[in-house]
Amino acid sequence: MNFLRATLAVIAKDLSGELRSRELLSAMFVFAVLVILIFNFALELDVKTRSTVTAGVLWVTFAFAGSLGLNRSMAMEKDRGCMDGLLLAPVDRSAIYFGKMFANLIFMLLVEAIVLPLYSVLYNTNLFQAGFLGVVLLGSLGYVSVGTLLATMTVQTRTRDVLLPILLFPLAIPVFIAAVKASTGYLQGLDMEAIRPWLNLLVVYDTVFTAVAFMVFDFVVEE
Amino acid sequence: MQPKPKALTYLDIFTAVLLLSSVGMVFFYAPMEAVMGNVQRVFYYHVATGWVGMLSFFAAAIAGILYLRSKDRKWDVFAQAAVEIGIVFIFLNIVTGSIWARPIWNTWWTWDPRLTTATIMELIYFAYLMLRQGIEDPERRARFGAVYVILGFVSVPLTFFSARLFRTIHPVVIGTNQPGAEGQFDMTPKMVQTFLFSLFTFTFIFIDLMWHRLRLGRFADQVEQLKLRLSL
Repeated sequence: MNFLRATLAVIAKDLSGELRSRELLSAMFVFAVLVILIFNFALELDVKTRSTVTAGVLWVTFAFAGSLGLNRSMAMEKDRGCMDGLLLAPVDRSAIYFGKMFANLIFMLLVEAIVLPLYSVLYNTNLFQAGFLGVVLLGSLGYVSVGTLLATMTVQTRTRDVLLPILLFPLAIPVFIAAVKASTGYLQGLDMEAIRPWLNLLVVYDTVFTAVAFMVFDFVVEE
Repeated sequence: MQPKPKALTYLDIFTAVLLLSSVGMVFFYAPMEAVMGNVQRVFYYHVATGWVGMLSFFAAAIAGILYLRSKDRKWDVFAQAAVEIGIVFIFLNIVTGSIWARPIWNTWWTWDPRLTTATIMELIYFAYLMLRQGIEDPERRARFGAVYVILGFVSVPLTFFSARLFRTIHPVVIGTNQPGAEGQFDMTPKMVQTFLFSLFTFTFIFIDLMWHRLRLGRFADQVEQLKLRLSL
C-alpha cells in the first residue's frame, strides 16, 4: 500500500511539474511533428508507399521523441538536485523507478495521442483500431521501462544526452521490430495468426525488462 | 609490478602450438567439401570465433552479476576484459562469415537473424565501452557497467527471436536441418575432428587472452588508484 502511494506520489509530482512548465511535452511534440515532416519528403509518402511504411515512420518518430523526453525527465531531476531529495524519502527505491517510468509512459502516450490523429488527418489513414492502439501501448511500455533505467544512468555520466540513444536503441530493437510488424499487420488487416507472435514477443519483452530494471534500479541510484 | 607468471608463458606457447596445428588441420587434414570447395574451410574458424565471442559475452554478464553482489573490483576488470575480447571475436566471426557468404549466397551481407543479432550485439557492447568512457568515478563506472552488461545479455536472445520470425537462410550445420537454408553440408568424421579441434584451440586462445587482459586490467587499476591518491 505504501509502495503504491509512493509510486503515485512520484507520478503526481512529475505530472504537476509538467503541467506548470510544459517544457517536456511541447519539445517532444514539436520534435515528433518535425520528424514526420522530414519523413514526408524523405520517403514520398504517397498512397502506395503509405500502406507499408506508416508503422515504421510512426515508430521511428515515437522512439526519437521518446528518447528526447526520457533525457529531459531525468536531467530535470539531476539538475535541480531533486534526485537526492527523492532518494532521501523513506520509501522503497523501486517505487521511484515505477513512478518515473509511469510518468514517462504517460508523457509518451500523450504525445502519441496527439501525433496519431494528426497523422491520420495528414495522410488520410485510419489509425484508430483497438489492436493498433494496443500495440502502441505495449511498445511504449517496453521502450520506457528500459529507457527510464538507462536515462537514470546516462544523466550521471559526462556525455549525458549523447549517450542515451546509443545505449537504448540496440537494447530496444526487439521492441521496434515487433511493434512495427504488429502495427503493420493491424493496419493492413492481416489475420491474428500473423500478428500474434509479434504481440507475444512484445509482452515477453515488457515483462522481462520491467523485471530486470526493477531488480537493478537500486544499483543505479546508490551513492 | 608483478613479473609475468611462468604458467602464463607456458600457456602462450601451448596456445601458439595449438593454433599452428589447427591451421595445419584445416588446410591439410580436413577434406575439401564437394560442393562449396575450399571456401568451406573458413567454417572451422567462423564457428570457433563465434563461440569465443558468445563465451566472452556470457562471462561478462556473469561477472556483472558477481560484481553487483560482491562489489569486488576484480569482477569489473573481468567484465571489461571479456567484453573487449568478445567484440574482437564477434567481428572476426562476421568477417569470416562474409567471406564465405560472397561465393555461397552470392552476397556479402543479408539481414538474416544471426547476422542481424551479431551486429546488434557488437553495437550493444560498443555502447558498453562508451558508457564506461563517460564516467570518471571508478566505483560508479563499475556499477553502471555491470548493470548494462546484464541488460545487454538479456536482450540478445530477444533480438535473435525477433529477427528469426523473419525467414532465415543461414545453414544450421550442427543439429537439425531446416528447409530453405542455403549452403548446407554434412560433416565427414575428419571434418568433425578438425571442427572440434579448432573449437578447442580457440577456447585456449580465449583463456590466454583473458589472462593477459586481466593482468593489464589490474595494472591499469593500480595506476588509476595511484593517480587518484596523487590528486587528493
